[in-house]
Amino acid sequence: MSEKLLLGNEAVARGLYEAGCHVVSSYPGTPSTEITEFAATYDEIYSEWAPNEKVACEVAMGASIAGARAFCGMKHVGLNVAADPLFTASYTGVNGGMVLAVADDPGMHSSQNEQDSRHYAEAAKLMMLEPSDSDECLKYTKLAFELSEKFGAPVILRLTTRVAHSRSLTELSERAEMKLKEYTKNPPKYVMMPAYSIPKHIEVENRIISQTKFCETDSINTVEYYDKKIGVITAGNCYNYAKEALGEKASYLKLGCVYPLPEKLIADFAAECDTLYVIEELDPFIENHCKKIGLNVHGKNVFTLQGEYSQSLIAKVILGEEKEFNKADISIPGRPPVLCAGCPHRGLFYALKQEKATVCGDIGCYTLGALKPLESIDTVICMGASISSLHGRNKANPENAKNSVAVIGDSTFIHSGITGLIDIAYNNSASTVIILDNSITGMTGHQENPTTGKNIKGDPATAVDIVALAHAIGIKRVTVVDPYNLKETRDAIHTELQTDEPSLIISRRPCALLKYVKHNPPLKVNEEKCRGCKMCMKIGCPAISFKDGKSVIDFTQCVGCGVCTQLCAFGAIGD
Amino acid sequence: MNTYSVMIVGVGGQGTLLASRLLGNAVISEGYDVKVSEVHGMSQRGGSVITYVRFGEKVYSPIIEKGEADLILAFELLEAARYLPYLKKGGKIIVNTQKIDPMPVVTGNTVYPDSVREELQKKADVTALDALSLAVEAGSPKAVNVVLMGVAAKHMNFKADIWKKVIEETVPPKFKELNLKAFEMGYAFN
Repeated sequence: MSEKLLLGNEAVARGLYEAGCHVVSSYPGTPSTEITEFAATYDEIYSEWAPNEKVACEVAMGASIAGARAFCGMKHVGLNVAADPLFTASYTGVNGGMVLAVADDPGMHSSQNEQDSRHYAEAAKLMMLEPSDSDECLKYTKLAFELSEKFGAPVILRLTTRVAHSRSLTELSERAEMKLKEYTKNPPKYVMMPAYSIPKHIEVENRIISQTKFCETDSINTVEYYDKKIGVITAGNCYNYAKEALGEKASYLKLGCVYPLPEKLIADFAAECDTLYVIEELDPFIENHCKKIGLNVHGKNVFTLQGEYSQSLIAKVILGEEKEFNKADISIPGRPPVLCAGCPHRGLFYALKQEKATVCGDIGCYTLGALKPLESIDTVICMGASISSLHGRNKANPENAKNSVAVIGDSTFIHSGITGLIDIAYNNSASTVIILDNSITGMTGHQENPTTGKNIKGDPATAVDIVALAHAIGIKRVTVVDPYNLKETRDAIHTELQTDEPSLIISRRPCALLKYVKHNPPLKVNEEKCRGCKMCMKIGCPAISFKDGKSVIDFTQCVGCGVCTQLCAFGAIGD
Repeated sequence: MNTYSVMIVGVGGQGTLLASRLLGNAVISEGYDVKVSEVHGMSQRGGSVITYVRFGEKVYSPIIEKGEADLILAFELLEAARYLPYLKKGGKIIVNTQKIDPMPVVTGNTVYPDSVREELQKKADVTALDALSLAVEAGSPKAVNVVLMGVAAKHMNFKADIWKKVIEETVPPKFKELNLKAFEMGYAFN
């Protein structure tokens, strides 16, 4: 036994290792990505990046049915994609233990919405555990496998950003080697069609009853009595905030299992305390349960539905205490994230701005193209929506096709863009789709994907040929451009927008941060030639600034991509 | 001891994550409980980046709120001013005087305020230093983070030996010497 300072996600991966997990399949998504990256460092576990979360969940189910301990991980919006297999996996149940981790993002540090995944546990009727720190991440992961096998159903592990991305001391143990369970042909269990599903639904409801009984007494839910004037019912990291804010001024019921929720345990705790608070980020999930069993609790009447909680929020709401602080009496400019120096997306977005195109965007680094000064994205909904929503836009008014495009990254295209492109080909809209192929999954921190030619371990793998794929589904017009070449890129966009049939442009250039990418020497501004017209600043490159009437290039950031050189009418930027 | 709270703030790409990891491992060597909170993803793309390190006998919350930080270690001047409200009354700011223009300044929509350092000094106990020059002197501009950790380690009264051991264990072997030198320069800064 030893203790180590582990990231929450790293501790989940360690839990997978120690639990004897055999198969891990995931799609990257902040804040869940590192679970699978760390899992892949253990040779005892087969780990992979799947094309999307639905596939990952089905891979895990297949492995479980084959008798393995299996896992899939995703961010909250990924669970929307994986929901279809998950709801029916609740009916079939498992053979080997199956655990699905979902990481919610209260405060939306890196997400497009703030949905609360606990509703999925209730809707799919599956048990959900929620750790509060890295040590619990490891222990709950192992426990989740045991409970999955005990009750014969998948178990969901719910994380939030602050648990997934915080480091705390974690106790490590050895791996327990698990033998594959025997698979026996059993259609009434594994073939879900009405005749077999009807009895299965009865089993599911009975399972929830036994799981609820389990939660009434198991040590996963814990009670700590101090001063009983205030009683706090909480889970996950909110327990830490409450403990920090209230210390021994309150008593605590910490729910390690957030679905199903016990009734007697909560009612007994409530009976001991004078005033009850349910402290939970996002939706009133535990609060509604408390109200359903007739308890008078404070929850969203005093706490917000939005964003992250903290010790100071709790101290303010419950104790009326606020900390003093100073602030600077100067105006402080914001510092939004930007496309990196040398980012291949920059040239493409500049060309789109020149074309005054309406751009249906997607999820990835390139979403930053919506910000000043490029301001080249008009809509962003979810993974894959760029292509299908462009098709809808163009069907609503065929005139739109002359100035509207979709932009989508290589990994996002594989995730859920292909089906939209098939829709465009099949239902023939004169849509122009641009794949921003930067040879990596960028935003989540450089994961390989089916287009990169490497697997999760960096070993050679089959690469999807996007050009051939487009041809195969019926897109005849496919053009590949280098987004560092502004003229070539703009000409291609201009031509394809005017064309009266479906077309695909592949804007191809590897992410400038990839280690194997060789950079040119940094560029310099010739002060004599520079007229201070600021044309080079229209592309929002973080390496270019303006001092004393001239442009200046920061040699530590510039990678010599040459996009700014093409904008300078006075030939002032060069080697 | 009460929980000691350190906020490390800077611009994505400056190495704040490594700094927080070094601090986390160093305080463990001293026998403390610790929590380190990082933000990954969107904010790493040149945006404003914050990590929290909290240590003591038993640490619950991984985050730091307004009026709670004992020490703010700022890798960039403007970022120190942005997070000044998080400083506890009587807390300390160690700031690198390097200025990095944020995009709204680059695009000319606003200006980088010129009296940041003076404003900070009016409101708090500040140690300001040109850590970039020290890092360059140590061998690489990328060692700014370790120079600043050296200054912070001295301020927190940590012995240099523990830190050197943690640096040796945390950074890749080929950068070991550079980082040890950078740390020593920061630790010796007065």
